[in-house]
Formats: sequence, structure tokens, C-alpha cells
Amino acid sequence: MLQVQGLVNRFGTQVVHDGLDMEVRADEVFGIVGGSGAGKSVLLRTILGLQRPIAGVVRIDGGDITRMSGAQLRSVKAHYGVTFQAGALYTGLTVLQNVQLPMIEHLELERSALQELALLRIRLVGLPAEAARKYPAELSGGMVKRAALARALALDPRLLFLDEPTSGLDPVSAAAFDELVLYLQKQLRLTIVMITHDLDSIFRTCNRVGVIVDGRMESDTLQRIVDHPHPWIRAYFHGERARARRGAAHGA
Amino acid sequence: MSLEVRRTDEGLELELTGEWVAQRVPAIESGLAAVDLAAARQVSIATQRLSALDLSGAWALRQLLSRARAAGVAVSFRGPPPDQLRLLEEILADTSPAGAPAASGPPARQPLTAIGRNAVLAGRDLLQGLAFVGRASTTLLRGLARPRRLRPISIARHVYDTGLTAVPIVALIAFLISAIIVAGRSGSAFAAELGSMRLNEEVDALIATGVDPFEVLVLPRVLGLTIALPLLTIIADLTGLTGGALLCRYLLDMPLTQYASRVTEAIASTTFWVGLVKAPVFAVLIALAGCYRGLQVRESARELGRLVTVAVVQAIFCVILADALFAVLFMEMDV
Repeated sequence: MLQVQGLVNRFGTQVVHDGLDMEVRADEVFGIVGGSGAGKSVLLRTILGLQRPIAGVVRIDGGDITRMSGAQLRSVKAHYGVTFQAGALYTGLTVLQNVQLPMIEHLELERSALQELALLRIRLVGLPAEAARKYPAELSGGMVKRAALARALALDPRLLFLDEPTSGLDPVSAAAFDELVLYLQKQLRLTIVMITHDLDSIFRTCNRVGVIVDGRMESDTLQRIVDHPHPWIRAYFHGERARARRGAAHGA
Repeated sequence: MSLEVRRTDEGLELELTGEWVAQRVPAIESGLAAVDLAAARQVSIATQRLSALDLSGAWALRQLLSRARAAGVAVSFRGPPPDQLRLLEEILADTSPAGAPAASGPPARQPLTAIGRNAVLAGRDLLQGLAFVGRASTTLLRGLARPRRLRPISIARHVYDTGLTAVPIVALIAFLISAIIVAGRSGSAFAAELGSMRLNEEVDALIATGVDPFEVLVLPRVLGLTIALPLLTIIADLTGLTGGALLCRYLLDMPLTQYASRVTEAIASTTFWVGLVKAPVFAVLIALAGCYRGLQVRESARELGRLVTVAVVQAIFCVILADALFAVLFMEMDV
């Protein structure tokens, strides 16, 4: 579904990725973990084609996006959805219009079909129908995340990228969001790539986890990665904050 | 084809084929619209030959089902109905909300050390500026080839924002000044709007959806202001003349006919056209400066403030410089 090979990213003298490999298989929830500044967001931006890597290959559904023309890239983009950390809803548009924008760009739909398909996405993520007419500034943090998810699902993608989907949410809303992600993953047979700091979220939703350490990625199943010998990974999964949560591991 | 229809004694047999996915909804809908339910008493639907069915496809199928039910036709599936349809019913049946605010943090900036470094940066900035102008131009050319891409509604909004709402203040002041005021007003507004969209990752979201930000953000602003500023110029001219007329009539007791003849003597008709030639050029400079600096914002609110200021200063500088160049040009041309 998604492969990254030998990725190198550098800013000035600072090396972010130094030969990073990553593979995401169909129908799994893959978590990307790493310390602040380890290059999680840079990795996502590279995969999305927002940033060109210095070296390396990024294959989505077989094609190398680092070598694609604008038109090819555009058609790849119609097959995945993204939610950004702060939601990144278009502030000048209502929730409904936000969800409709990708549809208008990529599908030639009648006005009524456009309206209903967008409303369907809004219901799908558990937002009340009234939210459709609201502007992003009128929504709570949790609703912004859900609206962003609705927009990411606008084109019925098979592949979904979530950048810190639960950051800034209270534990109850975060748990509800995780459940939503799992529900959608099963029902829509999505492949999900999720950047997260949230241990609860990882244990609840991820099948496999990739940890970015020293510019490379160590990836394995959730059960095995927690026992990886690398000191940072040990500290991450066995620290004070982690210990309490290990019992709740998902997908064992 | 997405659909095969067979007529039987009882009614219709529909066989769904191929991919029923979002990309193909228009084709599917037109296929479904052609299905004539009038004579049928029952419809049986087979989905075994579907190679893909997503939520949008399921929605199209559901439209057919509700149309059939409304027409009093019994619907049955040969084999189990697709899961996606059940999911759809589930979604449309219930809802549940959630809530809490989000947050993010700012990074630090490197200090500039040497003059050489500054010079290199200035050179790079100039190059990037040129690239920006180039990209805006190519977007315009592409837009001219496909006018839908020119986003007329956005342009109209920017004509309104930059033009109509500036009428009261511009009406008070003469042309060059009005261009400078617009530079401060709209140049800063453009930079701030685009800058905050960058901070909110909205620009990234656009790119990730496959939408060109030059097409939806930069060009409508440039074209909008290019339409608005000449209009403002005409209004500034008219109010200037009217003001002069009122002054002469009531303060100097000069008859209006005499004022009119003096005006035609004093102002060559080219003066008006010179203003109208200059206005769109100024508009392009102001809008480009504002949009360019706005899109340069990266990650911090402090940068936003700094770049908005830079946008205004550069817009005003460009306007004054262009005015000086025009003065030289028109002098050479003897107008």
C-alpha cells in the first residue's frame, strides 16, 4: 500500500532522516512514534508530496510519488485522505463546504448528490447535522477533529493519514475519537497511518508501530516493538506514563 | 458500464458491475436514472460482479432503493445485501457529538550573522520572488485557457473586499495616495489572510487534496485587486473634481461653467488615462507582495506579524518605484 525506502531529509546541517524505511500493509493501522523533533511531521509531509526528500523513494499504490508529474500526483491525491494536527479546516468555509471542496475538485457531481454525500460524511464521523452549517471557529476541538476526518473521507479513500488525531483532546474525547477511527477502519476497510504521541491511542488502535530513532525507523507489531532493545523505545514504552497503560493493549 | 438491466415477467433484474466508487458516481447515477421502474412489480439486484463498492457507491445504490420503494416496487437482493449498505443505514440512523480545544507550540529562529549571509539571503529572496511571480503568471495563463479555473466568485469577493469597502477612504484622497492606502490596507490583509492559512495548515491541506493554492488563493486576489483599483481610481478622480467644483462654487463664487472650462484647460485628457494605466500595475504589485509574503509564513505567529509588515512596506515601496518609472516613461512619451 505504502512503502518508503532509503529516505533522506536534511535541513542545513541537521539530518532528520538518514535512510529511513517504512512499509504499511493494506488494512492495518500503522502508528508512527518518535520524540519531538524526530521527524514525524517531516516524514508525513514527504509522503504527502508537500516536501521533496534529498534521496529516497515513496511508493503509494506502487507509484513513486517523488518522481511524479503534477497531474499524476493529483490523481494519487484523490485516493488518500489526510487530517492535519490542528484540523486545518478552511476557515472561510462551513463544515459542509469543507467536506464538499475535495469532491468539487475531483468529482463531477450534481448539486444534490454533492450535498447528500457531504452530509453523509458528516454523519459518518458522528457530528450532528447542525454542525454542517457551522464555521470552524464555532466548533469545539473535538468537533474540529471530526470535521477534518469527514473532509479526509470525502473521496472514499482507501488510505488515510492522521497527524496527531487525539492531541489537544481530553481523555474522554480522545478515547471516543480512537473508537471512531477503529470503527471506520473496519467498516470502510481503510488503511490508516497515524502519527501520535498518545500511548492510549497506540495501544487501542495500532496493529503495527514504527518508531523513528536516529533518523531511521524501527517497526514491528505492537506486541514486539514494546520489547525492542533501543534505549529510547524502552523509555517510551516502559516509562512511568507507559506502565499504567500496558494492560490495555489492543489487538493481542 | 456499471449496470446491466434485464426485463423478466415479474419485473427487473439488475446486475451491478465494475467499480461503484466515488470517482464513478456521476456515471452510476446516470445509469440508474435510465432504469425504468414504471412497469416493474419487483426488482432483484445482484452484486456478485461488483469489483468495488465504497460509501459513495452504496449511497447511489440506496438512492435507487428508496426510489423503488417510493414507486411501490419490492426490492430483493440475490445473495446477501452489501455490508456498505448496512453501514449507510447505521450512519443515517444515529449521531453522537464530542468536545475539547486544541493547541500547538512555536519554534525558535536563527540569528543572521554576516553581511555576506544577508546578501545571499537577499539574492535568494529575489529569486524566490521572481519564481513566485512566474508561477502566478503561469497559473493565469492556464486560467485564461480554462476560465472556470479563474474562480470568478473568489475574484468578485476580492473586488468587494479591496474595492467597495475602500471607497469611503479613497474618495477622500488623490490617486497615488489612494494606491498607497490600498497597499497598506489590502497588501496587509492578503498577507495576514494567507499567512494565517499557512499557520493553520490550510494551505497544506489544499495541496494534499490536489488543489493548487495559486489557483484558489493567489490569482483571485491579484485579479480582484486589478479590477478594484482602477475603479477606485475613477472614484477618486470623480470625488476630487466634485470637491473642487463645490469649493469653487461656494467659497470662491466661481460659476460652474467657468470651473468646467478651467478644468479642461488645466487637465489634459491623457491625465485620466495615465491614472488608469498605472492603477492595474500598482494593483498587481500590491497583491503579489501581499500574497507572496503571506505564503512565506512558516509555523510561528511572530513570523506572521513580521511578514505582514514586510508586505506593506514592500507594496508601498513598489508602488512609489513604479510611479517614478511611469513618470519617466510618460515624460519620454511626451504625454
